[in-house]
Amino acid sequence: MEEPSGNRSEDNPKGKELKKEAAKRLKSASYPFARERLFNATITLSVLLVLGVVVLLFVMLVVHSIPSIKAYGFSFIIDKVWNPVTDQFGALPFLTGTLLTSFVALLISLPFSLAIGIFLGEYARESRWGEILRNMIELLAGVPSVIYGFWALMVLVPLVREFAMALNEPPYGVGMLSASIILSIMIVPYSASISREVISLVPDNLKEAAYSLGATRFEVIRHVMLPQSFSGIFAGILLSLGRALGETMAVTMVIGNTNALPDSLFSTGNTMASVIANEFTEATGTLHMSSLIEIGLLLFLVTLAINMVGRTIIKKFSVKV
Amino acid sequence: MDETSLNIRKIKNRVFTIGVATLTVISALPLVFIIFYVFKRGISAISWEFLVTLPKSVGEVGGGIANALVGTILIVLVASILAIPVGIMAGVYLSENPDSKLSKVARLCIEVLNGTPSIVIGIFAYLVIVLSTGGFSAVSGSFALAIMMLPLIVRTTEETLQLIPESLKEAGLALGVPYYRVVFKVVIPSGLSGILNGVMLAVARVAGETAPLLFTAFGNPYMNWDIFKPMDNLPLLIYNYATSPYQSWHQIAWGASLVLITMVLIMNLLSRWAIKKWKVRF
Repeated sequence: MEEPSGNRSEDNPKGKELKKEAAKRLKSASYPFARERLFNATITLSVLLVLGVVVLLFVMLVVHSIPSIKAYGFSFIIDKVWNPVTDQFGALPFLTGTLLTSFVALLISLPFSLAIGIFLGEYARESRWGEILRNMIELLAGVPSVIYGFWALMVLVPLVREFAMALNEPPYGVGMLSASIILSIMIVPYSASISREVISLVPDNLKEAAYSLGATRFEVIRHVMLPQSFSGIFAGILLSLGRALGETMAVTMVIGNTNALPDSLFSTGNTMASVIANEFTEATGTLHMSSLIEIGLLLFLVTLAINMVGRTIIKKFSVKV
Repeated sequence: MDETSLNIRKIKNRVFTIGVATLTVISALPLVFIIFYVFKRGISAISWEFLVTLPKSVGEVGGGIANALVGTILIVLVASILAIPVGIMAGVYLSENPDSKLSKVARLCIEVLNGTPSIVIGIFAYLVIVLSTGGFSAVSGSFALAIMMLPLIVRTTEETLQLIPESLKEAGLALGVPYYRVVFKVVIPSGLSGILNGVMLAVARVAGETAPLLFTAFGNPYMNWDIFKPMDNLPLLIYNYATSPYQSWHQIAWGASLVLITMVLIMNLLSRWAIKKWKVRF
């Protein structure tokens, strides 16, 4: 006689094996059908296709940036001269332009998107007005970026020009500040909807505990909700940063498109995305084309890294983005 | 309890509430203002003439957006034909094999694709299609847009199909229905509203995309029905006309913006309506 405990531990693998066997037989019983196999092959192929696209995307970008990588190496990202005529390509002005506009846009949009998040996630959580406002903001996230750009060009740029003149700055109107403002307007719906979701996910019993201690609503938000949802909000900020970095059209239309290192918020410039949009069709030399593709590769990698970090954090909250 | 400190706390609370409400209203303003502005400027440009005539050169009166309208519809249509079957099939695979290694890698790839800037996808389409066929074409634009549609379709399909109870599938299988027919006749029809919602959101998302079309579809001032040639479309036309120095072209761009924004908003609203109307509840 064996110990009952030993018996059980032996039973388990056996049961598992039986289950496996059963699953195998079930599979092999249905497999003689050719259509079945065809179906399975089709769906597997579709997934492989999606996979292949991503792999090919990366490989193509790398392969086509090789001439530029070979010619400039690391100095590509620290050289500030970009001159297609003399075949001098340094991407520093565009890196600076992208980082500057994105971070300024983030800074401008932060209080607003946080306010919308708190308002919709806490104050107007179950009211009809909150619902309407939420739907409206989600719809506005779908407005094409070229239309944001057009509006910015016609309405925002003259305003910024007057503002610059009042400050005795160069009155171009177009430039870093205009690009940052339109970017911030475009990312508000995005980061607001993520903050709203994480804020509304804060468990009621936590809030109720604070209320029962006599806290005011502000204190509950300040000391319970915000600390609780901080990493989720941070992830939302990262994800909207990823969006701002890759935004092309609206920025291209209002940034002024000069290939020089920006020295103030009012100076014109270019971002990584906008220089590609501007010069790609006109690039004639191999090096010029390859340099633009390398900028695309850099842009791809930077947004990839930011999105991955953001998504890893947000997965903890199981919020769908 | 200290009376004044309680009052201070109450005041703080009040100030915060007002502050949040004000900031919310302020941030909703530019968004609403943009839509309103496009309607105001665009409505005067739009007429039946505008929709059915071709653009004219600078200085001539009139001119429309017929070629861009046709181009947008054709390019998006071809992109949908490319992306929808692959997207739905891949979504079926992911929901049927949720834990396989391939699924895990594929999910990662979909997230990568979803976050990739559209201009980078444009470069990819250029390198793959335009370089190998030797010229700009509407198809290369559709290819880029299809890639942008894929993540959305795959994800919504997977999410919807995962909600369908196992018992529904088992009922079909117990009747001796082959697995693939269960998928086509039971699983996909039950999840149709979700899938449709994803498809329409994807179409709405790419219909307004400009960046990937700059060096793929390229644009074309003439009417063109051949998808293997350069083709104009609404976002490109808006970009080109908006950045031109001519007042009359700006007017056309406003009209085109209104048409595009209406299309996109209607598609968004339709997808919301579809998910309400055909939602199968379990």
